[in-house]
Amino acid sequence: MSDAPETFEFTAENKAKADAVIAKYPEGRQRSAVMPLLDIAQRQNGGWLPMPAIEYVADYLDMPAIRVLEVATFYTMYNLKPIGKHFVQVCTNLPCWLNGSDNIMHACHSHLGIKTGETTEDGEFTVVEAECLGACVNAPMMQINDDYYEDLDSEATKRILDELRAGKQPKTGSQLERYTCEPLGGLTSLTHQEELRAQKVSEKGDN
Amino acid sequence: MPKLTIDGKEVEVDAGLTVLQACEQVGIEIPRFCYHERLSIAGNCRMCLVALERAPKPVASCAMPVAEGMVVHTNTPEVHKMRKGVMEFLLINHPLDCPICDQGGECDLQDQAMGYGLDHSRYKENKRAVEDKEMGPLIKTIMTRCIHCTRCVRFTTEVAGITDMGMLYRGEHAEITSYLEKAVDSELSGNVIDLCPVGALTSKPYAFVARPWELKKTETVDVMDAVGSNIRVDARGSEVMRVLPRLNEDVNEEWISDKTRFACDGLRRQRLDRPYVRQGGKLQAATWDEAFAAIKAKVDGVAGSKIAAIAGDQTDCEAMVSLKLLMSNLGSANIDCRQDGSKIDPSLRAGYIFNSTIAGIENADALLIVGSNPRLEAAVLNARIRKRFLAGKFPIGVVGEAADLRYDYEHLGTGPADLKKVLSARSGFGKILKAANRPMIIVGQGALAREDGAAVHALTREIADTYGMIDKSSGWNGYCVLHTAASRVGGLDLGFVPGEGGLSTDQIVAGAGKGDIEVLYLLGADEIDMSALGNAFVIYQGHHGDAGAHRADVILPGAAYTEKNATWVNTEGRVQLGRLAAFPPGDAREDWTIIRALSDVLDKSIEVGDLRAVRSKLVDAHSNFMNIDTVSSAPWGEFGTAGDVSSAPFASPITNFYMTDPISRASETMAKCTDTFLGSQEMKTGTDG
Amino acid sequence: MLKDQDRIFTNIYGLEDPFLGGARKRGDWDNTKKLIELGRETIIDQVKGSGLRGRGGAGFSTGMKWSFMPKEVGERPHYLVINADEGEPGTCKDREIMRNDPHKLIEGALIACFAMQAHAAYCYVRGEFYRETEALQRAVDEAYENGLIGENACGTGWKFDFYIHRGMGAYICGEESALIESLEGKKGQPRLKPPFPANVGVWGCPTTVNNVESIAVVPEILRRGAEWFAGLGRENNTGTKLFNISGHVNKPCTVEEEMGIPLKELIEKHAGGVRGGWDNLLAVIPGGASVPLLTQDICSTVLMDFDSLKEQKSGLGTAAVMVMDKSTDVIRAITRLSRFYMHESCGQCTPCREGSGWMWRMMERICAGDATPAEIDLLAEVTKQVEGHTICALGDAAAWPIQGLIRHFRPLMEERGAGGQQPVAAE
Repeated sequence: MSDAPETFEFTAENKAKADAVIAKYPEGRQRSAVMPLLDIAQRQNGGWLPMPAIEYVADYLDMPAIRVLEVATFYTMYNLKPIGKHFVQVCTNLPCWLNGSDNIMHACHSHLGIKTGETTEDGEFTVVEAECLGACVNAPMMQINDDYYEDLDSEATKRILDELRAGKQPKTGSQLERYTCEPLGGLTSLTHQEELRAQKVSEKGDN
Repeated sequence: MPKLTIDGKEVEVDAGLTVLQACEQVGIEIPRFCYHERLSIAGNCRMCLVALERAPKPVASCAMPVAEGMVVHTNTPEVHKMRKGVMEFLLINHPLDCPICDQGGECDLQDQAMGYGLDHSRYKENKRAVEDKEMGPLIKTIMTRCIHCTRCVRFTTEVAGITDMGMLYRGEHAEITSYLEKAVDSELSGNVIDLCPVGALTSKPYAFVARPWELKKTETVDVMDAVGSNIRVDARGSEVMRVLPRLNEDVNEEWISDKTRFACDGLRRQRLDRPYVRQGGKLQAATWDEAFAAIKAKVDGVAGSKIAAIAGDQTDCEAMVSLKLLMSNLGSANIDCRQDGSKIDPSLRAGYIFNSTIAGIENADALLIVGSNPRLEAAVLNARIRKRFLAGKFPIGVVGEAADLRYDYEHLGTGPADLKKVLSARSGFGKILKAANRPMIIVGQGALAREDGAAVHALTREIADTYGMIDKSSGWNGYCVLHTAASRVGGLDLGFVPGEGGLSTDQIVAGAGKGDIEVLYLLGADEIDMSALGNAFVIYQGHHGDAGAHRADVILPGAAYTEKNATWVNTEGRVQLGRLAAFPPGDAREDWTIIRALSDVLDKSIEVGDLRAVRSKLVDAHSNFMNIDTVSSAPWGEFGTAGDVSSAPFASPITNFYMTDPISRASETMAKCTDTFLGSQEMKTGTDG
Repeated sequence: MLKDQDRIFTNIYGLEDPFLGGARKRGDWDNTKKLIELGRETIIDQVKGSGLRGRGGAGFSTGMKWSFMPKEVGERPHYLVINADEGEPGTCKDREIMRNDPHKLIEGALIACFAMQAHAAYCYVRGEFYRETEALQRAVDEAYENGLIGENACGTGWKFDFYIHRGMGAYICGEESALIESLEGKKGQPRLKPPFPANVGVWGCPTTVNNVESIAVVPEILRRGAEWFAGLGRENNTGTKLFNISGHVNKPCTVEEEMGIPLKELIEKHAGGVRGGWDNLLAVIPGGASVPLLTQDICSTVLMDFDSLKEQKSGLGTAAVMVMDKSTDVIRAITRLSRFYMHESCGQCTPCREGSGWMWRMMERICAGDATPAEIDLLAEVTKQVEGHTICALGDAAAWPIQGLIRHFRPLMEERGAGGQQPVAAE
């Protein structure tokens, strides 16, 4: 976790990224880039947006700071406070809840020793509750940083957290014998791909 | 013109109106909170829902344009139910703390709740509490009361031209705030208090001061600048409690500046409430008789040419015409109402008024601003320029200070040399003015109150002529002088300027320094260099213990603008009547009556029996004084004196908007604003010279 | 059951190569130039004729929507905006298109843009879909590199750019005018209509906003002909559709099926049936969180299309089927959705901002047995006070699930209250 910096400036690399983003929009519409630029700033700043970053982006796009702050407070993916290195978002919306997201949440709580909204003392993990993340046929699921972990149960959840703490990259996506969103155990459509499915699933399991 | 049916009545209205406006035209009132005719349409409060036949669901009438054949229902049980529903939603999280709310008695939410509210709450959950926000010395916030109509955000963004305010977060956590809770930095900020339909934004200086129903309301005009904003003064007994805007589409629409609104606490401080006579170097309290006797003792035997008078910036016309008569009876032609030393030529009316009129700004299609910062000199008029700017296709050029005017402009230079360049129509801004159909020029006092003012005055006329700013066929006159003093146009109209062989302000001050002027009558004039007056015997008539009173040998306590029935003429040449809202304190008197009484003591009676007689003297001086509340067009002609111009840049006479006159300098609120917005390093006086 | 040869999304599970090589094998980008050469009017007529209705939830005719765009391009350029802000609880179909079959979307976007005389498409992808965005971007880059899009897309002479814009976490941005606001760099607050996007859309320009799936099926419709698509499903409810089946089924999955497939068949054929068997079914939310739930008896016969579900006072929505078996605390389930809508209300207009929180709080109390039958009436009334009175449809979406619950499970709600009867508060 980082303390609030007094100033903020894009790195040269991020400046180039920002300029490439701005170029996507018609001339004079650079304001459209405010969301991506805030995201770049957030990533540069360890996952959260301090005030100087908001003002920097405002200046960068020639926008009033209040308009940038409105955006930063409206969208849930901007964190206005420091977060842990691994930002664990457990979906608890209906399909996940029906399939046991309460257990996943409990597993996070008990395994990390923190409550929802808190960060572990070592700054490794922050756990929050998320609204539907759009992987409902792979419920329950959670997002950690940019990756989805799907078809979870308590054990899988704990294993993923352990691997992350150990500096490893856990298997992303479904934690069952599924490749993506196909029915478990065998295709009911596109059946000519069944062999392929079996192969992919077993490859994936080996990783 | 589309025909539609509203509540069974067939009506024909202008295309482009909204359903809400169409309803209003036929006398049907639609309740609303977020809708405001001068702001963009938000459509968020949903109070104005009406039923539209063939529409899948109810529509917000404020946002729905009228269309041919529409059938609108505004008074069905269903519509009433919708409104009750919206009202209930607005109230569930509203604190209902009306007994301790300053908006109480003049609250839209309270009023509408009478029509659409339930008599009990069905909401059993905990109410939302929102932390209050700091918004500076003028605006008090109780944000739990906020109903998120966003009028304040829209006003500050659109009318005031600042981007300080916004709505953060979302859903039921949405909160209105200023950025980082900074003070709202606009000369027009106080208008959000009027716009706020609830008690979320209220007046900080007026907090818990009075209830609306215990106040006597007087409709009058403002004198804090030369706009002549129409105001309502609310007084309790002899105390002015607050100042509010009054609607006048031609002048201030419904806005007033923060100085107009908040300087009124200055009316209670440093007041001259009795005459004083200087004895042994010290001012001693005196009776009217003693004061008049002291003046008589001095004036008797002094030649008229050694007597002079200067009128101040807030002086009313009745007082000026009375003093002019007295000075004439005393044989003096040394009178001037241009205490800033302006070289404006008083000979041609069209040369010293704002000919286009304020509302006329909206018809212009190009603007050149010379030696003026309209934002500080006439904040409300500046909002009109911004309104025109926002409408588009309105190039603006500025010769003078490159200040933040709240709209974009091209900075053409700082001084007279740059102004001369505009005369070339081949390129630059000259080309733009030439191409315009109704170009206008605003000439500020920063261009005229200087040594070469007469030449600059002539130069601006030349520009106006060169670019066809005066079009006799269409009646357009785009030549506009922006005054800063409420008294100025009236003074020029009634001829409070040097007569045959008379001295102007600069000459009077110099003469006093040299001993040529032995008696100087300052009628509310505080902005001249008092230290330069030598040994002259100074009579100060006015309402505040400001610069003039400190220098005076005799003080005659007069009435402030809220304390008399009097006439002012605004920068457009609009004659407006001010009305007494509270009596002047102590022994202070209405100003013309003081002069009349003095004239009798001096055996130089000006022979005016009553107010009507004084006003007939005004009409004698200029027929325009008959035309109350209107602007009559002034014939165009020659004015100014062609001559050399200096290289000195134009500078606005106002650096501190909040303190420009004896009243605002006495105001604690204005002092707080000065500290907040200009910092403590700023001089506590706002008027240069 | 839909035959594999009639399936459009032939790599929906990502088992084959999702990118250009695989896409070409599946027939994508096969002589796209010929499709473009059909001409604007023919393309729009074909899409209209196919009966394709918007796959994002509202079900408005896609071809009709396209025809609302100005016929001539004036000073303002035209834009296509693709709604990939998939966030309706239960819905995860566009995700699969973007990561497993992205070229269908890009090709469809080119054709749609050509038909509407737009030179640029902006695809607004929900921010959480980071990996999906990477996949789509990779496909976009491939398309540029191979001249499929860009200055001279597919050799047609038509300039076409495809841009991805990432959202940052706001369900409301799935509402088309909120999406446009967001794309302009503002808070996602829905706009007042009129004006409609076809007149004043993104940056004040004529704009059409279409769902990912609606765009992605267009190339196949043109290749096979409108009649083919119109021949699937029922009249006014034609074509194929991606269904997401989640919740209490044995094998939750995403599957492309024919419109109008019986719900029971969909669940049993593809999702392994209801956990514990069909008789263990309590209720189904058939089209994403916004639509009212259906009880088991209705589920046994209802067809999965716009009109059949509307007849049952529900809707096809996004065709996200959420299945609840008899172990479900259905009141708790709907309460969770209420919380979602409160969380996602943009806060702009009164009924939604205030009503969504009120409804959720009442639901919580009903759920906890801390409410009287009279309060269920009050809740029903509050849903009516919200419904139809807001700027956008989120208010309706917040109201409908509760209305569905009261309609079908009122006795259960009352029973819950009776268990922990609270005294009526004195008013």
